[in-house]
Amino acid sequence: MLLIPDSVVRFFHRMASPPHFYAFTERLMPWLTVIFLLLTAAGLYGGLYLAPPDYQQGDSYRIIYIHVPSAWMSLFIYVVMAIAGAIGLIWRIKLAEIVAISSAPVGAGFTFIALVTGSLWGKPMWGAWWVWDARLTSELILLFLYLGVIGLYGAIDDKRVASKAVAILALVGVVNIPIIHYSVEWWNTLHQGPTVTKMDKPSIHVSMLIPLLLMALSFKLYYLIAMLQRARTELLMRERNSQWVRTMVLENEQ
Amino acid sequence: MILIALMVLGAGLATAFALKSFNDNLMYFFSTTDVVEGKAPKHALFRLGGMIIKGSVERPGDGLMVRFKLTDFSKDVTVEYTGILPDLFREGQGIVAHGRLNQQGVFIAEEVLAKHDENYMPPEVKASLKQQAVSVEDKK
Amino acid sequence: MTVQEFFAMGGYAFYVWTAYGVALIVLIANIIIPVVQRKQFLRRQASKQKR
Repeated sequence: MLLIPDSVVRFFHRMASPPHFYAFTERLMPWLTVIFLLLTAAGLYGGLYLAPPDYQQGDSYRIIYIHVPSAWMSLFIYVVMAIAGAIGLIWRIKLAEIVAISSAPVGAGFTFIALVTGSLWGKPMWGAWWVWDARLTSELILLFLYLGVIGLYGAIDDKRVASKAVAILALVGVVNIPIIHYSVEWWNTLHQGPTVTKMDKPSIHVSMLIPLLLMALSFKLYYLIAMLQRARTELLMRERNSQWVRTMVLENEQ
Repeated sequence: MILIALMVLGAGLATAFALKSFNDNLMYFFSTTDVVEGKAPKHALFRLGGMIIKGSVERPGDGLMVRFKLTDFSKDVTVEYTGILPDLFREGQGIVAHGRLNQQGVFIAEEVLAKHDENYMPPEVKASLKQQAVSVEDKK
Repeated sequence: MTVQEFFAMGGYAFYVWTAYGVALIVLIANIIIPVVQRKQFLRRQASKQKR
């Protein structure tokens, strides 16, 4: 506390107050949406139109522009969810609990997209819709972990208790994250090794790499938008008996 | 609270078991060296991965039968396959074949999947890389 | 490149466009669902509070 400036402490304190969070995210939403749409437009234009076909895979490789960013997001969101869950578990911060559970459906969505687009890419290139190699199987387990978190949360009526339960489940499931990432290096897989996230320089031509990075940023923005929309709904439902929600309900009616 | 603890425990155990059973057959395929050294199953189906040796692809019959040699740059295995090949099947390409060994040590494949590498580039860049490789060879 | 060529995706049209279509549907659904839920909730609470 001594080291952190007073204004910073006050900012976080205010952000963690539900009515302020609700109002602030409402004002934030149009900006996030505009940035998201610009990034997506640029990424898709670059990926689908400007980028040349691949020397081996022709135009089929263009699935990379949603497959890879979705797969990255499926891991990223899981880690955010587990960290937010841990913060909620340790410091009992309601907003952290809400961020954790609001991340789950978005993460599940990205995991599903990564699996389906991978399948649609695997069929023409590998010759199979699905194989049980380490990368595909561990990503499928990730989908089940997300669904487990969503199901467990829905099954418990007391949402503060539910948040604790899902935080523990999410934390247990974190072991899967490095397994997914390193699966292609630790074991023989049909899935290719890393293209971008390896130590030396990416083995993808710069004209193909730039749209990929734009799409990765665009999906980060999307996550923020979709997660905050969930969080706002979740917050209202949890605080339904508080004065600020009651006032807002009345204001909304007029 | 006990119920929740049990549910979480159950989910944790399920994940642990999934990962455990998954660990038992994580190796999606055997290498050609494994086969030559006899580490691969003798009479059962398994997957064999390797690179198609350039110039080894031949079609001995007039049907769909293909014969080619796979390598891991150490040992080679001959593979025979009858059926439709994936788009990426070509010489120098990595593939994974599912099948079994016959008496002569030839791998009879029932399925052939192509494994592509992590490189993405336009055809022109690939062509110029080849050009450079050739001129480097010439200088030697 | 003509428009037809663009949509043909070098013969991989089915795989590429299905992949983009599935992604689009999932991403849109994940935005619409919470917004609709919120509107429903506000309406329900309003009628509850009037009583």
